[in-house]
Amino acid sequence: MDFLRPTHWRDALDAKAHHPDATPIAGGTDVMVEINFGRRRPSTLLDLTGVPELTDWSLDDGRLRIGAGVPYARLIDELGDRLPGLAIASRTVGSPQIRNRGTLGGNLASASPAGDGHPPLLASDAEVEVQSLRGTRTVPVGEFFTGVKRHVLADDELIAAVHVAPATGAQQFSKIGTRNAMVIAVCTFAVALHPEQQRVGTGLGSAAPTPRPATEAAEFLAAELTDTDQWNRPRPLPESVVRRFGELVAATTAPIDDVRGTANYRTHAMAVMARRTLGWVWNEHRTGRQQCA
Amino acid sequence: MRLKFTVNGRQAEADDVWEGESLLYVLRERLGLPGSKNACEQGECGSCTVRLDGVAACACLVAAGQVQDREVDTVEGLAGEDELDAVQRAFVDAGAVQCGFCTPGLLVAADDLLERCPSPSDSEIRESLAGNLCRCTGYEKIMDAVRLAADRRAEEARS
Ligand SMILES: Cc1cc2nc3c(=O)[nH]c(=O)nc-3n(C[C@H](O)[C@H](O)[C@H](O)COP(=O)(O)OP(=O)(O)OC[C@H]3O[C@@H](n4cnc5c(N)ncnc54)[C@H](O)[C@@H]3O)c2cc1C
Ligand code: FES
Ligand code: FES
Repeated sequence: MDFLRPTHWRDALDAKAHHPDATPIAGGTDVMVEINFGRRRPSTLLDLTGVPELTDWSLDDGRLRIGAGVPYARLIDELGDRLPGLAIASRTVGSPQIRNRGTLGGNLASASPAGDGHPPLLASDAEVEVQSLRGTRTVPVGEFFTGVKRHVLADDELIAAVHVAPATGAQQFSKIGTRNAMVIAVCTFAVALHPEQQRVGTGLGSAAPTPRPATEAAEFLAAELTDTDQWNRPRPLPESVVRRFGELVAATTAPIDDVRGTANYRTHAMAVMARRTLGWVWNEHRTGRQQCA
Repeated sequence: MRLKFTVNGRQAEADDVWEGESLLYVLRERLGLPGSKNACEQGECGSCTVRLDGVAACACLVAAGQVQDREVDTVEGLAGEDELDAVQRAFVDAGAVQCGFCTPGLLVAADDLLERCPSPSDSEIRESLAGNLCRCTGYEKIMDAVRLAADRRAEEARS
C-alpha cells in the first residue's frame, strides 16, 4: 500500500491528481471500519490530517468557510452559536471519540443517506467547495449527492470546505434512533428559519436515497408566515398550519424498509418530527430562547 | 513502513508496519502495549480509547500511517512509577471494575474528561462516557468512580 501524507493543500491536490484511485482518509471513522472488516483494500491511502488548511474555518463576506477537516467536536464548540442546527446534529453523531475525529468533509464524501451533517447543511443552503489541480467549483449541497454513497466528486477532486451563512433565525434538528448515543439515524429532520429573506429551509435524512429538502413544505410555511405578517409579529401558529407542514414534509419522503425501520414508520415519523421541530423553532422565534428536545 | 511516534512520552518505533493497519494493532501486537483492548474494531465500544495529540480517539479507527511523528497516550501511561493514578484508584475503590475489559478505555475517557472539566456534573460524565460500553457493571459504579476521582483530584490540588 502507498500511504501519502501531504502537509500542504496544494500537495494533497497534486497527490490526488497523480493517484486518482487513492482513498482519502481524514478522521478515519468510516474508512477504517471498512478496512478493518476487509470491505475495502485501498491501493493508496491519502492522509489529509497533516494538511493544516483543512482544519481552519473563517468568516468571509458574511459567509462561513469551514475546512473539510474540521471535526464535529470543534463545530460544536467553536461554531455552535453561529450554526446551531449543525451543532445540534453534530452532538448526535456517534460518541465523544467519534466527534473528536469525524469530519464534515468525511461525512459528505461518505454520502450515506443517514449522514447527520447533511440535513442541517441543506436547511441552510450550504455549498461544497471542491478543488482539484484543474480548479475550484462550488456545488450546492442539494446537488452534491447523486445516490446512496455516491456524489459528484471526480477522481482528482477533494472537498476543500463547506460554505454556509451564519444563522439569522432559529434552527433545529431531530433524529430518531434506538438510543441517544452511537446510533445511525432511522430518520432525521432539520429546519432553519431565515427571517431576513422570509424563507424557511428544510433537510430530510434517511428518508430517501439522498438527503433532500422538503421544498413544498418550506414554501408553504414561508408563504403562510409572510401572508399573516408573522415574521415580524410572531404569534402562536395555528394547528392547521403545523399539521399541513408535517403532511407536506412526509409527502417528500421516498423511504425504504431496512433493518432500522420500515418505510411506513419513516414517513409517519417524519411528519411528527417536522411538527415538533417547527414548534421548537417557532417558540424560539417568538421568545428568543432555544428549546431542547 | 517504519513507524516512529511518541507513546506515553517515549519514542517508539516499529518496522514493517502495514500503513492501513490500525493504531490499536500497532500498540497491542507490535509494541507490546495490550492495555488498549480490542473488541469491536468499529468505534462502537470505546475499549481501545487512547489520546492522539491530546484528543481522545478510538485507536481502532486511526490508521498506523496517521500517527507518524505524533503523540499517543495510552492507559499504560496513566500510573506513576509505583502508584496508581487517582482515576485508577477510584475505579478500584468504587468497585467499578468487574471483568475489567472495558476498564482501560473508560480510564482514558474519564481521565480526559477530568482534565477538560475537573468537576463534571452527572450528565457531563454520562455524555463523556457514552462511547464506552460496559457489559458488567450497569455503569452506576463507574459514575461513582468518576465522581470520587474528581473529588480526590480536587483535594490533591488543594493540598
Ligand atoms: C461508532 C461510529 C458512530 C458513528 N455515528 C455516526 C452518526 O451518528 N452520524 C453520522 O452521520 N455518522 C456517523 N458515523 C460515521 C462517520 O463518523 C461520519 O460519516 C464522519 O463524518 C466521517 O468523517 P471522517 O473524517 O472520519 O471520514 P473518513 O472515514 O476519513 O472518510 C470518509 C469518506 O470520505 C472521504 N473523504 C474524507 N475527507 C475527504 C475530502 N476532504 N475530500 C474528499 N473525500 C474525502 C474518504 O475517502 C471516505 O470515502 C459513525 C461512525 C462510527 C465508527
Ligand atoms: S475496539 Fe475500538 S471502539 Fe471497539
Ligand atoms: S467490567 Fe466487564 S465490561 Fe465493564
